[in-house]
Amino acid sequence: MGAFNAVFSRDLRVAFRRWSELAHPLIFFSIVVTLFPLALSPTAAQLREVGVGVLWVATLLSSLLALDGLFRGDAEDGTLEQLLLSPVSTTVAVYAKVTAHALVTLVPLICLVPLSAYTFNIPAAALPTLVLALLLATPTLTVLVGLGAALTVGLRRGGSIVGLLVLPLTSPLLIFGTRATDLSMNGEPAAAPLFLLAALAVLAVSLGPLAIAAAVKVGIE
Amino acid sequence: MKLPRWFHQFGSPPYVYRLADRLCPWLGGLGGALLAVGAVWGLAFAPPDYQQGESARIIYIHPQTAYIGMMAYVVMAVASAIGYVWRLKLAHAVAVSAAPIGAWFTFCALFTGAVWGRPTWGTYWQWGDPRIMFEALLLFLFLGYLALREAFDDRDKADRVTAILAVVGVVNIPIVHYSVEWWNSLHQTSTLLAEGGPAMTTDMLIPFLIMVAAFTLTFYWLLLRRLQAEIVEREGDARWIRELVGEGAR
Repeated sequence: MGAFNAVFSRDLRVAFRRWSELAHPLIFFSIVVTLFPLALSPTAAQLREVGVGVLWVATLLSSLLALDGLFRGDAEDGTLEQLLLSPVSTTVAVYAKVTAHALVTLVPLICLVPLSAYTFNIPAAALPTLVLALLLATPTLTVLVGLGAALTVGLRRGGSIVGLLVLPLTSPLLIFGTRATDLSMNGEPAAAPLFLLAALAVLAVSLGPLAIAAAVKVGIE
Repeated sequence: MKLPRWFHQFGSPPYVYRLADRLCPWLGGLGGALLAVGAVWGLAFAPPDYQQGESARIIYIHPQTAYIGMMAYVVMAVASAIGYVWRLKLAHAVAVSAAPIGAWFTFCALFTGAVWGRPTWGTYWQWGDPRIMFEALLLFLFLGYLALREAFDDRDKADRVTAILAVVGVVNIPIVHYSVEWWNSLHQTSTLLAEGGPAMTTDMLIPFLIMVAAFTLTFYWLLLRRLQAEIVEREGDARWIRELVGEGAR
């Protein structure tokens, strides 16, 4: 637990000292969300129809943007190597890093979503479900993003390839997440897809860091 | 974990190369023969479907390509896991050999499905159909795997990193499959594995199964041929390969 706290708080400190980088995914999210209405020039009713999907896709795309910083900086200056050499379990260190990453990149994104949802005429009654679905999807998404970062940490430039690896794997999140919100927009109970998102989160949190740790070890060698 | 002896032999490239040489004529010959028999029987002699007419003959091609695509992924993932756990280079070579075949068959499944979909569903492509989406995502997984491989200069590293991706992908495949199944489906449900036995008459079932066997044998023939090429590429400097090539030249 001590090791977890040490890595976790260090990662948070490093992240907050680079304010501008933290803002990149948020700005990107806003831009994507702005581009869709420009491309569709829709009516209010149409906006409401596509809104949920647009917000989810924008969230997934934005989460890719920050991912390169998860391991690359530490790999380049040798911190990651020291972490692997230390007696601390790599899986614990990965847990800490990935949790910190989710906290500084995904959670702010989710905070932006209700505001954007309002501009898409998504009824306020559906907002709690939308945010809850996003929060439940966050652990799985974080693990997938972490895996993408870990698989490409040994590459000089991983940026372009990461999307190919991560995005197909995120499709269940997209399906369950948008379904939950759609159901609650129609006034129906949205528990089933939310439970499925929670189940995926449990699966991802229990197995994902092992895979990420394995990938980091291979990548750093 | 200690490996049994028969397993050990599969770690030896010359042994596997020669084994493939011995197996390939059988797999290729039998696969080709069954392919010819099944294709002629299915496309010319089997009765047309009472609802779909002649276009139902896609059932002798399309399900088989889809099945090979998925089997290729499983072969790739199992080989990757073996290669990662026991550091068996040859298992990685099998995984690498299976990936392009799987990608190609998955593409063929999408293509034949689209060709059949036009006269039957009235559209080549239906966004939101679970099986189309699943196949497309499977294709993307194959392509991602291949792209990640290409990006590494160091083959050893590429082997082990992509192995992790393949194993994670195989965990994800049932999840993706069932999540897309949740949508309302345009695609018909399984004919072969229907409740109460196959929902096909025997004169359609036999050519169908012949084609399944033919595709399976052809897949393994392709896999072994690719594996041989992969072994030669990896072990290019080894003496046994020089001898092999020398013999061929004479």
